[in-house]
Amino acid sequence: MNDELARWSRGLRRSSQLLGVAIFFFLYAPIALLVAYSFSGSRSLTFPIRSFTFSWYVSLADNAELLHSILNSLSVAAAVVPLTLILGVPAAYALSRFAFIGSGTVNHIFTLPLMIPGIITGLSILLLLKSLGIGLSLWAVVLGHTVAWLPVVVGQVAARLRRMDRYVEEASLDLGAGYAETFLRVVLPNLKGAIIGSALLVFTLSFDEVAITFLLTGTENTLPMQIWAMLRRGVTPEICAVATLTVVMSGILIAVGVRADKD
Amino acid sequence: MILTELSSRKPAIDWSWHLRLVAFLGPAALYALVFILVPYANLLIYSFWKTDNYTIVRDFNLGNFARVFESPVYLSVIANSLLVASIVTICAVVLGYALALYVAFFTGMRRKFLYFLMVIPLWTSFLLRAFIWRLILGREGVINSGLAWFGFTDEPLSVLLFNRFSVCVALTYVFIPFVAIPVYAALEKIPPATLEASMDLGASPFYTLRRIILPLSLPGIIPGAIFTFCLSFGDFVAPSLLGGPSGIMISSVIINQFGSAFDWPFGSALAIFVIVVVGIAVALARLLERRYE
Amino acid sequence: MLSKVRDKPECTDEVQVRLDRVSKHYGNAAALTDLSLDVRRGEFLTLLGPSGCGKTTTLRLIGGFEVPDRGAVAIGGRDVTGVPPFQRNVNTVFQNYALFPHLTVFENVAYALRVKRLPGAQASERVTSMLDRMGLADKAGRYPRELSGGQMQRVALGRALINEPTVLLLDEPLSALDAKLRRTMQLELRRMHAELGLTFVCVTHDQEEALAMSDRIAVLDAGRIAQIGTPQEIFDRPANRFVADFIGGCNFIPAISRSDGTIIMPECKVSPQTGPEAGRGIVLAVRPHSLRLGTPEEGAIIELAARVSDIVYLGTAVRLVLSLADGLGLTAELGKDAVEKSGAKPGVVLRLWARAQDVIVFDAARSGHDPH
Repeated sequence: MNDELARWSRGLRRSSQLLGVAIFFFLYAPIALLVAYSFSGSRSLTFPIRSFTFSWYVSLADNAELLHSILNSLSVAAAVVPLTLILGVPAAYALSRFAFIGSGTVNHIFTLPLMIPGIITGLSILLLLKSLGIGLSLWAVVLGHTVAWLPVVVGQVAARLRRMDRYVEEASLDLGAGYAETFLRVVLPNLKGAIIGSALLVFTLSFDEVAITFLLTGTENTLPMQIWAMLRRGVTPEICAVATLTVVMSGILIAVGVRADKD
Repeated sequence: MILTELSSRKPAIDWSWHLRLVAFLGPAALYALVFILVPYANLLIYSFWKTDNYTIVRDFNLGNFARVFESPVYLSVIANSLLVASIVTICAVVLGYALALYVAFFTGMRRKFLYFLMVIPLWTSFLLRAFIWRLILGREGVINSGLAWFGFTDEPLSVLLFNRFSVCVALTYVFIPFVAIPVYAALEKIPPATLEASMDLGASPFYTLRRIILPLSLPGIIPGAIFTFCLSFGDFVAPSLLGGPSGIMISSVIINQFGSAFDWPFGSALAIFVIVVVGIAVALARLLERRYE
Repeated sequence: MLSKVRDKPECTDEVQVRLDRVSKHYGNAAALTDLSLDVRRGEFLTLLGPSGCGKTTTLRLIGGFEVPDRGAVAIGGRDVTGVPPFQRNVNTVFQNYALFPHLTVFENVAYALRVKRLPGAQASERVTSMLDRMGLADKAGRYPRELSGGQMQRVALGRALINEPTVLLLDEPLSALDAKLRRTMQLELRRMHAELGLTFVCVTHDQEEALAMSDRIAVLDAGRIAQIGTPQEIFDRPANRFVADFIGGCNFIPAISRSDGTIIMPECKVSPQTGPEAGRGIVLAVRPHSLRLGTPEEGAIIELAARVSDIVYLGTAVRLVLSLADGLGLTAELGKDAVEKSGAKPGVVLRLWARAQDVIVFDAARSGHDPH
């Protein structure tokens, strides 16, 4: 829709404006509150905030458990991203460029973990590992996250492929490049934006994931699990500080992602 | 040049096509088979077994499913989960739609900025967006301490947290972007000329919204609503953090079977039940989609 | 058709591309049925037909993007049926160009050489000279999205020609350009064809374009070749009713050929002539510009009286929309002066006639456009 619509439906616009602003407030006020509390001088998080301090951020640096869990989360995400890309990008290509019987079903199977709550996906993998006698570890978490976020890569890359002129690939074949060379020289460069975008999304999703991690992790904690454990003792300003940092990280990643997906 | 009998040759099957298909799809298909289909099948098998004195007995029976439907406790947990999922879906669709429409009315840089604002929450931690509501709705939370500070209340309100209400608020909060983003994508695809034509034919903006914009944005609403319903039905983060005793949902019960209760077959049966509900919801959505195509 | 071509003196010319009884189906729909076609070395052959006639499928079979269900494709005497595109020395200019969006003009043109692992210096020398030739020297660093339609067209041509293919395939090469640029590019393509001495196979649905550019035209109808020949042959001696109608447009007047050699036709007077077998239904085909006004002269074959229902000014000529007393509709294109002199206006009955050499006689039973 463009400015014509705006011109045409001013009445609709006014009423939607009020509601829109209210919803944005609903979405952002809690996050703003979280940020505000992370600077609160008082340990009890009551309204209004009376004093300000950076000490919660400083104390994070001394929290060895927390730092270790951040490292774990980063490691898991760093393993999940390449795995989902290596499996997902060619799969998306196959699904959108090869008209084979059952491609719809295959696509549905890939999408299943996106629709089925994480707890069920986690459980099913847990049961499989137990049946095979494999112990739980961060590797099991990597496995679970890959299952869960593979459809994100497949979906985003397939959407980009649908918008791509397939004659461009034929032109490459026509000019003497084989199938593999065409994929590397023409398809991949044109998927750059979608690949970077989905990689960043998978990274943050994996970094923040709770349900699957809860079931599949062994003795190691990831950051969300650490926060989960800390929450048992109630919400503290430290938690708010950690949460603020993750929001900042997400903001940076999404800004990079939006820029990458432009072309 | 002699090319006699060329056409009598039968063309060979295009092996290179099959080879390429296997090369591209093979690894992911194998992965999906081993780590998606086999685990779900395994779960299904477990659901037909039973436990006896904390050991799993591999004896095919339907006792687990009978237990789900005979026990008022489990039925009420299922009913509560369905109720929460329905409330959350309705609220998230209404608010998410309004948000997408609001953003779609803008143009240029402002629209890009607002779209950005709409997407950010999707990228922030689910856990964080759920626990924020403890800060807001808790006994010493923003609302209660704010009300006390202004002198409206003497006693903190306890109806805000640890019940179905707080779970619904948090889940709605989490799932608004899940609806808003696909709806926005669908709105973007509506050619402005369609709306001008509607207005040109004398339709009011509200009539246009109802008869043109709404039907054309269904391809965005349906997937958004389905995601919200399925994922909130089986969510365990929000009920664990904010649910309290009256807000127990099915996933907490399932987790319990794999933890302290140690009844894996029964837990599997409940998990299969969740999968069936998700399957029904998806099937209904596809039916709807086909009707409006 | 194939045998007809072979009988001609040019049949000794070397065949560059041969399609031998190829058939291609998509699902249940037949795109091509037993199509045979020889393209001679160095000729500019155009495949012409309405959308869905199979012309693009034919081109894609030559390019290697499709494999025929039955039949064979040979290029330069080598059977290439089932050989993928990258192993054929044939290059294509795609409809809408299909330029690589992530590469500059220079890189687009250099693509085939890069794929061949040609040394850098040698490659850039060839690309530079190709860009010069295409008038794109100053656009080398641009991306396709920064070019105009005509420039993209030239990049597509340069990219396809850099590899020195034996055959250049052009899929609706001018369809994305505006009318004026299209005329210029028609001449440009002809000039390029003459200079390079390559075999060009072009697909178009635009008869004017086909007539202007080609050495020979193959008219396709429902997956078969309806006629193949020089533009003049196709226009002056259409093989059947479909070709006559598709190229240039035509009036078709049903008639009966009698055993005594005369032709009778409702509402019209037809002079005796020797023609098709006696006693059969025939169709007389007359092009709109072949109908004349006024008193028939020597050599007139058809005389008819028709009522004017509309007059359309085409600029230099005037189109009369006419109907015979039995309701059959006709169109005539005449000079402005002649029309003014005749006093034509809607409702007036005019006398028209045509010379024998301007009338083509088809057999009614066989000349019809196959319903499909």
